[in-house]
Amino acid sequence: MHSVIVSHLTKIYGKEKKVAVDDVSFSVDKGEIFGLIGADGAGKTTIFRVLTTLLLPDGGSASVGGLDVVKDFEQIRQTIGYMPGKFSLYQDLTVEENLSFFATLFGTTVAENYELIKDIYVQIAPFKNRRAGKLSGGMKQKLALCCALIHKPNVLFLDEPTTGVDPVSRKEFWEMLKRLKEQDITILLSTTYMDEANLCDRIALIQEGKILSIDTPANIIKSYPDVLFAVKATNMHQLLQQLLRYPERLSSYAFGEFAHFSFKGTPDTDGLVTYLEQHGLKEVMVKTADITIEDSFIKLLG
Amino acid sequence: MKQFLSFVRKEFLHVLRDRKTLFILFGMPVVQILIFGFALTNEVKNSTIVVVDNAKDLSSQAIITRIEASRYFQIEKNLVGSKELEAAFRTGEIKMAIVFPAGFAESLQHQNTAQIQVIADASDPNTATTLTNYVSSIIRDYQTEMNVTNQLPYRIQPELRMLYNPQLKGAPNFVPGVMSLVLMLVCVMMTAISIVKEKENGTMEILLVSPFKPIMVVLAKALPYLLLSIINVITILLLSVFVLDLPIVGSILLLFGESILFIITCLTLGIFISVKTDSQQTAMLISLVGMLLPTLLFSGFLFPIENMPLPLQVFSNIVPAKWYYLMVKSIMIKGLGFSYIWKETLILVGITLFLLLISLKSFKIRLA
Amino acid sequence: MEQVIVCNGLTKRFGDFTAVDSITFEVNKGEIFGFLGANGAGKTTAMRMLCGLSTPSSGKATIAGFDVYKQTEQIKKNIGYMSQKFSLYDDLTVQENITFFAGIYGISDAEIKKNGDDLLLRLGMQDQAKKMVSSLPLGWKQKLAFSTAVIHKPKIVFLDEPTGGVDPVTRRQFWELIYEAADNGITIFVTTHYMDEAEYCKRVSIMVDGKVAALDTPSNLKEQFGANTMDEVFYHLAREAKRGE
Repeated sequence: MHSVIVSHLTKIYGKEKKVAVDDVSFSVDKGEIFGLIGADGAGKTTIFRVLTTLLLPDGGSASVGGLDVVKDFEQIRQTIGYMPGKFSLYQDLTVEENLSFFATLFGTTVAENYELIKDIYVQIAPFKNRRAGKLSGGMKQKLALCCALIHKPNVLFLDEPTTGVDPVSRKEFWEMLKRLKEQDITILLSTTYMDEANLCDRIALIQEGKILSIDTPANIIKSYPDVLFAVKATNMHQLLQQLLRYPERLSSYAFGEFAHFSFKGTPDTDGLVTYLEQHGLKEVMVKTADITIEDSFIKLLG
Repeated sequence: MKQFLSFVRKEFLHVLRDRKTLFILFGMPVVQILIFGFALTNEVKNSTIVVVDNAKDLSSQAIITRIEASRYFQIEKNLVGSKELEAAFRTGEIKMAIVFPAGFAESLQHQNTAQIQVIADASDPNTATTLTNYVSSIIRDYQTEMNVTNQLPYRIQPELRMLYNPQLKGAPNFVPGVMSLVLMLVCVMMTAISIVKEKENGTMEILLVSPFKPIMVVLAKALPYLLLSIINVITILLLSVFVLDLPIVGSILLLFGESILFIITCLTLGIFISVKTDSQQTAMLISLVGMLLPTLLFSGFLFPIENMPLPLQVFSNIVPAKWYYLMVKSIMIKGLGFSYIWKETLILVGITLFLLLISLKSFKIRLA
Repeated sequence: MEQVIVCNGLTKRFGDFTAVDSITFEVNKGEIFGFLGANGAGKTTAMRMLCGLSTPSSGKATIAGFDVYKQTEQIKKNIGYMSQKFSLYDDLTVQENITFFAGIYGISDAEIKKNGDDLLLRLGMQDQAKKMVSSLPLGWKQKLAFSTAVIHKPKIVFLDEPTGGVDPVTRRQFWELIYEAADNGITIFVTTHYMDEAEYCKRVSIMVDGKVAALDTPSNLKEQFGANTMDEVFYHLAREAKRGE
């Protein structure tokens, strides 16, 4: 059963007629974690705002839980949870005050749905009397999630929930999301971190308002067309520059401690090693690379 | 309803936690009243006055001696003739002139009544009032003394003449002025800013996405400022009655009712500004330049509207503070009842309804 | 080898709270130095002291040979700074931004013209010179911001999460600029939440609870903690953090 359906959605901004979202279609199943992966300005926030009934689409249609985002906006607002891009909390209110405010706002109490947020809330409970403005990024993020969940929404919209948050807090955050998924809550989130893509059930890679690819992370990786190699040498910058000049190069770019490389024709790794060594690189090593979503995205971006 | 109350509670927390702003909001009316108040009650010492004694008899001499003895006055020279007197007033050499008519004592003895002309430069109404009050009381003292020794009661009537500003405009009028100014500032600016703050913070997004009615958001935000303003009105009135000795002549209840009406007008104005703007900075500028300035200029508080060019006079009619100012003056100073100010009340109600209507119409239930 | 940042027992206390707790390290000329840490570990405070914006409570540090206590003005002349949050004026054109940032470092008009033109040429942005910065895509903005941060040829450039929110291709183009600057002898001091970017650094330090918990080359760190990626190294160290802040 589809929880969210987006069909040929288009949104145009301002006098310059900037197309923020360009004929985007996708659907999200109930209980699924669906990720919109793309850079800032790709149109992710606009899609979220249309789905949360904050913006009217200029073309196409969308529904959440079978309700139309334009006609039935009032009913939708009762059933969704939303965490906007900046963790939108009241900085001058304490953790506890924020939470109980959002609970009453949605016509419920903290006690009523405490089970749902318990796992997350216990982590910030020691700071419940601290003002939200004095919390670190990771803590704010957890509080914002609690606030978005407190009325037990059917669909949860998280707009870049992990931006500016350190890797440890990000990992913890994803563990919470998995537990929420078990409660059959549909989660739609956006991120600029490619490594988070693997944690979603399905993802849409998005750039300049258009969806480049949409599938499970495994399928997207599987459909990568080239054979990809990981190359290593002592000097990364030099390595990248030499790879750029290699005649048989199809693509090459830095990837962590390696450079990822693909050949135009049949791969000839020995030839590549010889070439690099001839050009002054030391400890050259070439192996087959594990393809990641980031590789797929780079390929799709051209 | 519970949602609404919880919202109001949150708004109070915002207001109470921002200590600096709170301090300014409560401190401002006190400071303003005191500044204006001291400008008014300041003792006037050693003012140069002129005594024109056309009588030169015992009674006139007795009064002059008393005036001379007072530390408030310095008798300059005995000018004769109205022309010289006028010139002295115009150059500001003298603040007041006391003229005894010829046959002053005679008139007092035979008719048991006599007149003294007291002319004051009322372009500075504070000084003028103070000086004439002093002179009147000196004359009264003399009269009381005389009445003890004589059998028949004497009556000396000081005939007061205020030059340049016969109605003493601006004198006790600053209290209503400060009231409209403070209410304007608190209600319009603070309400506008507090709503726009939610937009800037991004919390407005969540509020809109919640099932809570957007218009309730606005009402809940206005409520703390309504209360704050009522406290301010009480403070100002207490200060003016007990510190400045300016009594409320008319009905306090009516004064309160009209004040609440004006507060509501200001709140709707604030809401209107917040609906139309997206940044705190813009909201503040519009409130200051667009609202506070007209209040100062066109309420009649600082500048008499009658002296303005016609277009400005017409414009002054849409400034809510003008009507409030008129009403407060009528109640506080003239002691008039509702039957005299129903027209002003109606106009203010009209302005409020109009503002409320366009605010509601342009209130966005979405982001754009 | 010339050391451009020398830090010895540098400490910053706010009341009872020790935000930066006696950190000691050196950074070499032309090195790309990764400065990692969880939110609240004290990175920002440390960086502020190194930039001469905040006086240390105790300890010693010199930046480009200048003392962080007494010679903050000289420090500021010799460093560049770029942060994700603020770097360029959105309501000025590309050219105006370049002129402004070069101008505040006291570069002569003729040199501003030359350096500015060079910069635009290198970034391939000659046609965008008259455009408002607000109309540029984020990736371009960041590249431009970096280039203006080094327009006065500083000895060290501090980059505070410079690549947040950018697509993977642009992120790599950005790092290309960083490599180039490092090759020209500019020392790079960079913070990031992207662990793959930590691999691009010559050496990496990881701060936990105000202290430097680890400092070495990425490959040595991985070996030391028996990890496959820098992500694992970071996770291993940072989850031990006691500071709940």
